[in-house]
Amino acid sequence: MSEEKKGLSGAKLLLDALREEGVDIIFGYPGGVLLPLYDAMLDSPIRHVLGRHEQGVVFAADGYARVSGKVGVCLATSGPGATNLVTGITNAYSDSIPLVVLTGQVPTSSLGSDSFQEVDIIGITMPITKHSYIVKDPRDLPRVVKEAFFLARTGRPGPVVIDLPKDVLAQENVEPFPSDMKLKGYKIFGRGNNSKIEEVAQALSEARKPVLYAGGGVVTANAEEVLRQFAERANLPVVTTLMGIGSLPYGHPNLLGMVGMHGTVTANYTVDDCDLLIAVGVRFDDRVTSGLGHRFATKAKVIHMDIDPVEISKVVKTHMRIVGDARKILEELLEVLPGHSLPDLSEWWGQIRNWQKDNPLGCDLDSLTPQLVVKTLGELAGGEAVIATDVGQHQMWVAQFYPIAHMRNYATSCGLGVMGYGLPAAVGAQLARPQDNVFLITGDGSLQMSIQELGTVAQNKLPIKIILLNNGVLGMVRQMQKMFYDGRYNHIQLEGNPDFVKVAEAYGIRGIHVNSVDQVRGAIEEAVNSSGPILLDFKISPDENVLPLVPPGKVITEMIVR
Amino acid sequence: MLHTLAVLVENHPGVLIKVAGLFARRAYNIESLTVCQTEDPEVSRMTIVVAGDDQVIEQVRNQLSKLVVVHSVVDLTEKSVVDRELALVRIPINSETRSEVFQTVDVFRGRVVDMGRSNITVELTGDIDKIDAFVHALRPYGLLELVRTGKIAIMRSEA
Ligand SMILES: Cc1cc2nc3c(=O)[nH]c(=O)nc-3n(C[C@H](O)[C@H](O)[C@H](O)COP(=O)(O)OP(=O)(O)OC[C@H]3O[C@@H](n4cnc5c(N)ncnc54)[C@H](O)[C@@H]3O)c2cc1C
Ligand SMILES: Cc1ncc(C[n+]2csc(CCOP(=O)(O)OP(=O)(O)O)c2C)c(N)n1
Repeated sequence: MSEEKKGLSGAKLLLDALREEGVDIIFGYPGGVLLPLYDAMLDSPIRHVLGRHEQGVVFAADGYARVSGKVGVCLATSGPGATNLVTGITNAYSDSIPLVVLTGQVPTSSLGSDSFQEVDIIGITMPITKHSYIVKDPRDLPRVVKEAFFLARTGRPGPVVIDLPKDVLAQENVEPFPSDMKLKGYKIFGRGNNSKIEEVAQALSEARKPVLYAGGGVVTANAEEVLRQFAERANLPVVTTLMGIGSLPYGHPNLLGMVGMHGTVTANYTVDDCDLLIAVGVRFDDRVTSGLGHRFATKAKVIHMDIDPVEISKVVKTHMRIVGDARKILEELLEVLPGHSLPDLSEWWGQIRNWQKDNPLGCDLDSLTPQLVVKTLGELAGGEAVIATDVGQHQMWVAQFYPIAHMRNYATSCGLGVMGYGLPAAVGAQLARPQDNVFLITGDGSLQMSIQELGTVAQNKLPIKIILLNNGVLGMVRQMQKMFYDGRYNHIQLEGNPDFVKVAEAYGIRGIHVNSVDQVRGAIEEAVNSSGPILLDFKISPDENVLPLVPPGKVITEMIVR
Repeated sequence: MLHTLAVLVENHPGVLIKVAGLFARRAYNIESLTVCQTEDPEVSRMTIVVAGDDQVIEQVRNQLSKLVVVHSVVDLTEKSVVDRELALVRIPINSETRSEVFQTVDVFRGRVVDMGRSNITVELTGDIDKIDAFVHALRPYGLLELVRTGKIAIMRSEA
């Protein structure tokens, strides 16, 4: 290997190492210190997609990773380029998304001298990365790249930064060190523990009111299929987190919907009343527990299956822990299940069905409501479409009403909840899944945080369909002001909004205004069948609420429902 | 309760800040932290004394283990260990206090390592309690300067 690599530049070595990791696309934005790399890229088969802001390139890499299950790769120059990535890296860290983030750096000889566009990006990103490297010797490049990808995608995934000084990229005739990884301190908890698996099966057979609580770890583990089999075999009710949406297809009879702050009444009642909580790949986030871990599922024996030991008993006291990969654990569980009697859950299901009957998710489908838009889109585009969202009310309406069929069909910013994520994430998603219909559902506030990425859409002729739920306000904040601050609205009005259809058209993207309920279906049909990008601007009322809602400081059964 | 953790880490620049940053971010309380080389030049050893209940300590251990630069974390608290700290103490002396100070130093088996006209510097090694007691005994004479290394610890070998 070192034979054939003899004589390569640092930049070429880097690109070869990326190829070896299966990288086919880099989302990037150039700058001075990256010139050697951009020059070498001309001869590399790796596709480079130019964003319009570095935050856009990291969000695009993140969207790409979520819908493909692969590691997303992005690139930015030193200084401002690197600092513009910070929010995106944080987003990936919060949601455990595998990214390799490449940043340019000033030459090693200038490091530490406050030189032009020098910034300590390793220091800045330390709390928001799984690991990071600054490469000071180009001979280390193959090993560092290999390690970075390994770290990003294994165990609990996360972003890894590689900082690349210009001279390291520019150096010619590099004879690389062997690429063997040196990760003595890295621990991955691969599988469950057989005796524990038996205990879980035992606990299940003794339970009367069990529930499965599934989250992002199910997505990471690609455990969708085995989760469904397990839920069906044991006839378990299933609630998911926002991150876990799609782990059972929408409409599946065992699925009770999302749990937590904007979860369904039934999901929250079920978790509150259960006697066995089987938590798989979840981290008991405070959007779920209201920050009241000690008042969450208090009647239940809690079994927590997670690949990261840190998460277990962090928020809610766990009675039985299984550290390992969700898919392997569930597979083992499925294997031992025949040796145990399964509980009779008819009474429990009776109770749950009653809750469902009494508490359907309410919405008005006779006027131009956001729920109508999301439901109609769901009908026409279906569960196989890929959905990206921004952050706000529209995000919650998607979570409640869009019929997501598979977990990899969905990209939304959860733990950080960062506005501006949606459009660039849709770019990444469309590039990862060119054959699929990709829809962005966004709000007028969020869209304007990344609206420049329309240029990326146009340049790459990406057939992304943008569903803008335009209420003229920062809807989610407005709702909080309405409910908890006596309607003393301030600084939520987006006066000065542009005509978004015209903005789209300025980028060469088709746009349609939708101002009345009878136009909704026709417009969405057009979008679904459009072979190019399109923006539908739905004029909706600023007064719509996301309900149910668990007010701050309340337990999950204390919901406001209307 | 205080726990003593022996943490083997990669001997790289930046590792200390990773560990210290973790403690600061998660609001764990470090009582003392020492870093030193080990028999393996690629590995350093941190001895960290940290306060917290069992749940906190478990979080600390797991969070530390999670760092890629951390090879291992051992809680020495419940184990049979030898632990030591070194202190250097500068104490003022005059004709009246001189003999009492020297007596105290003797009782604790300290060593005088430097002597000026009006003060002495004493070296003392021992476990934390012994050093605390020594410092306490000398306080009435006025401590001019006190430097403590923080605790280092090693497990006892099996008999
Ligand atoms: C406006 C807004 C409102 C929100 N409202 C809600 C709400 O009502 N309800 C809700 O649920 N969320 C809501 N969220 C999202 C919320 O903030 C959290 O991001 C989310 O609940 C966390 O999901 P999770 O528990 O599945 O954990 P994730 O963040 O997805 O973490 C994954 C967990 O799985 C583990 N894991 C990773 N890989 C594996 C593997 N291979 N095997 C096993 N385990 C693995 C990880 O260690 C981690 O513990 C909201 C967000 C926003 C922005
Ligand atoms: C970057 C960022 N800034 C601020 C917030 C706080 N915030 C959460 S939702 C929201 C309003 C979102 O408005 P819009 O995108 O129009 O969506 P809507 O709620 O109206 O559907 C705000 C300001 C955030 N989540 N992210």
